[in-house]
Amino acid sequence: MKIRDILSPFTVWKNLFRDPVTINDPVRERPGAPRYRGFHKNDVKKCIGCGTCETICQNGAIDMVPVDGIAAKEGDSGLRPRIDYGRCCWCALCVDVCMTKSLTMSNDYQWIDRDPDAFRFTPGVDKKKWDDAELGYTRPDAHRLTPEERIHMQELGPETRIGSFIEIVKGYSVDEARKEADRCVSCGLCVATCPAHMAIPDYIAAIRDGDYERGLKLLYDTNPLPEVCGRVCTHKCESVCAVKHEGDPIAIRWLKRHIADQVPLDKYRAIVGAAEPATGKKVAVVGAGPAGLSAAYYLARMGHAVEIFEALPAAGGMMRYGIPEYRLPYPDLDKDIAFVKELGVKITLNTRVGKDVTLDDLRKKFDALFISTGLHLGRSTKVPGADHPKVFQSIDLLRRVTLGEDIYCPEQAIVIGGGNVAMDIARTLARIQTKKYGKVGVTLLCLETEDIMPADREEIVESREEGVVLRPGYGPTRIDTDGDRVTGTRFVRCLSVFDENGRFAPRFDQSDEIAISGAMVVESIGQGMDLSYLPDDLQKQIVFERGRPKVDRHFRTSLPWLYAGGDIVQGPDVIHGIANGHAAAVGIDIYLRGKMEQ
Amino acid sequence: MALYEPDRSQYPAKKPDGTLDIDLTSGKYLKLWQGPQHPGITGNMSLELTVCGDEVVDCQTHVGYLHRGFEKLMERRTYIQCFPIVCRICVPEPDFNEYCYAAAVEELSGITAPRRADWIRTLILEMGRINSYMMYLGGQAGSLGMGVIGQWTTYVRDLMLDRFEELTGARIYHMFILPGGVRDGLPEGFEKRMEETLREIESTMKDVHEAMFCNAVFKKRAVGLGYIDPALIEPYGVTGPTARAAGVAKDVRKDFPYLVYPELDFEPVTGKDSDAFTRADVRRRDVLLSIDLLRQILAKMPHDGPLMAKIPNVLHWKVPRGETYIRAECSRGEYGYYIVADGSGYPRRVNVRGPSYTHAVALLERLIINVNIADVAGLMVSLHTYPPEIER
Repeated sequence: MKIRDILSPFTVWKNLFRDPVTINDPVRERPGAPRYRGFHKNDVKKCIGCGTCETICQNGAIDMVPVDGIAAKEGDSGLRPRIDYGRCCWCALCVDVCMTKSLTMSNDYQWIDRDPDAFRFTPGVDKKKWDDAELGYTRPDAHRLTPEERIHMQELGPETRIGSFIEIVKGYSVDEARKEADRCVSCGLCVATCPAHMAIPDYIAAIRDGDYERGLKLLYDTNPLPEVCGRVCTHKCESVCAVKHEGDPIAIRWLKRHIADQVPLDKYRAIVGAAEPATGKKVAVVGAGPAGLSAAYYLARMGHAVEIFEALPAAGGMMRYGIPEYRLPYPDLDKDIAFVKELGVKITLNTRVGKDVTLDDLRKKFDALFISTGLHLGRSTKVPGADHPKVFQSIDLLRRVTLGEDIYCPEQAIVIGGGNVAMDIARTLARIQTKKYGKVGVTLLCLETEDIMPADREEIVESREEGVVLRPGYGPTRIDTDGDRVTGTRFVRCLSVFDENGRFAPRFDQSDEIAISGAMVVESIGQGMDLSYLPDDLQKQIVFERGRPKVDRHFRTSLPWLYAGGDIVQGPDVIHGIANGHAAAVGIDIYLRGKMEQ
Repeated sequence: MALYEPDRSQYPAKKPDGTLDIDLTSGKYLKLWQGPQHPGITGNMSLELTVCGDEVVDCQTHVGYLHRGFEKLMERRTYIQCFPIVCRICVPEPDFNEYCYAAAVEELSGITAPRRADWIRTLILEMGRINSYMMYLGGQAGSLGMGVIGQWTTYVRDLMLDRFEELTGARIYHMFILPGGVRDGLPEGFEKRMEETLREIESTMKDVHEAMFCNAVFKKRAVGLGYIDPALIEPYGVTGPTARAAGVAKDVRKDFPYLVYPELDFEPVTGKDSDAFTRADVRRRDVLLSIDLLRQILAKMPHDGPLMAKIPNVLHWKVPRGETYIRAECSRGEYGYYIVADGSGYPRRVNVRGPSYTHAVALLERLIINVNIADVAGLMVSLHTYPPEIER
């Protein structure tokens, strides 16, 4: 025992006249640190209700709930997170995983309320005193819990692809697809937006698991043309993808294609299943485009005998005769069609309804009819000179290229139109020119400025890469002709395309005129339908709405036995056609089963 | 000064099967329950003591008052969802759970956290170590009758919590070290404020040394209390300061270097007397070592570079089949996570190896024999155990 040990403890007496910490530094309200994880804030306008916060919360503290004044729309579920502070553990994983960065935390941590239910509220909707707090936890930019960059798809370079009609994109490898599929957050906003309501997160999960059989089955539940849609779908799903808000959207289209590419055709029947027992009912489908094939497929599955009547020498409709081969190779289209046929669908080619066989004949021979004849008539600009023989319709030219005809293609060509079909013909002509002359001479002009051009962004970029000259924002005034030759076209600057009400009403600046020379003009400003095969009495009985047959939710026209779908009803695009065909098949099945019971 | 000398003749004889011959009806022995609330903030745990006079002749530990089933909960949560859970396994020193869990998931997934994240992780672990010791010192002194030490150490611990708050965004459960890296870098001016805090702690540690370690009363009660024979260290799985106080220089930071410890200059603190006093002194000097380490870390750490590795989408993170054991030196000894992954999105098994389990159950039951009732709390605290971690 040292003397120091006796004395030393008395050193605490030095604090005898010191105020305790609690008096020196009394309890005072102070804000939390700048990155303090306090009560949640949510920018409800930025929030898209994707629900990843709800998914990641391990406490089950978050519920996605409907909110007054916020309606569901494309890309927004209309739901917003409600947080139960009896469960929340302030881990902020919800903030870290938020796809839009709308969910953040304030640095406020004090809140007293006698009502326990008050501690369950919807941030941003139920007003709180910390709503405007500037400090608090927000996800640091570099801190990501979901990969934001899309896996790059290998594709041919412009120099290689311009020389042929070989498919541009090469598809994902299994490893690439799995990595891309890993990025999906399974929110399902895409399912709501897809016209066919495909089970997108589920088939993406199948890719992650490497289970392509499950993936293919899921695809065929809602879409019998996965090879086609995996290549040329307008992919509205990707435009609403939650991941796009803080990164690139998931390559949903390429992933769908990946599944179909992985499974050989001879395995399809075992995976997807055979048709139901025959019902003895017969259905005729007019037109072997996406809607017709889709309706035929699902009707055949339900056990009905289906026959498709197609005017052209091969099935596929616009998928074959509109879309160029470099976007949709014919073998892939044939694979999808082959499985439709394998289910027992009969396709009668080179048979134009209205000419080779009448609709009345079909009406007598079949129990129900589905018409899906598409938009195969081009629209003219009707400017002076538009009736010249060297002025063409894009849709006619594309059809003739597919049929193998040698089309007229001079060194300089002018394409009028800013949609995907205009891009298709411009890029097709560019390929033919490269073969013939070794160089590209296509100028594409359209009313819309580049930011509002209806064509896909990638079409605009790729056509430029291939040498097509784009002149957006011009409208044609006159096509200059010299005897049987076209010499060029005059255009004026288009000031605006739509009026205040969003109606098509272009305004031009006549003083800003340009002349483009070219020995050929292709008009690609829209398409119309040819329903002349419908007998006059039927034409009168069918109710039309804005030029299209009016249909109910089962795509039944005003005649009980006549159903219609595809571009003549909705669209124009492949996926709407497929969705229409499926819905009509369900409707026809209900109709036929009703008849059977009678 | 009258000293307490136990009368050895009172000890119960052993029966042939090894159990003690205790007849409670004899009036010689008494069952006495201590806990689950204890003086000296060890958490909730009960001791069923059999005493003879005021001397413990037998002890049965009872745990379970804090059982929350974390290991089982984790089997039903995705890998990222386990991240907010693990820190709760050990309330006063949560960061080791975060680090061990994150490092285990990273190893199983083949991910390497960025170097800068490793520095920040080390920083956090050392800050947590100081906090844990501050709690211990208050408890150790309090359990042996000195209330004032706890008031001082709680105050400086609070300053460190302020540093935690500005760095991690939370005071107790930081939830900052997640698989792949850490959430964020140091806030502006952090080094300066940290230095102020470290100085305050150093000054407090001086006072603590004077008032607690140079104190006849504390020495009288703590010297010789709970002596652990160095031969028991291995068979009882004793680690950390408890082992080092027995002269066994076990320190995971040195023996199995992890994070940036190989780049730091330090020697494990050891003692030789292996009693409650030596253990307290080892821990006091460990605080000073941690202060030194924190200064080294802040001086050497890089200030830019990534903080998170590229990790898979956490919403369906599937960890490849495998198993691993990750260990770290916490303030009480070896802390470890043993994780078995079966290739699914959920851990197949997570086993948390906390030092409290070995120290507070088997070791305590042995050391407590012959100890005076009044010293039981002091002995318990000297093993520095946290019951929440016994019952994962």
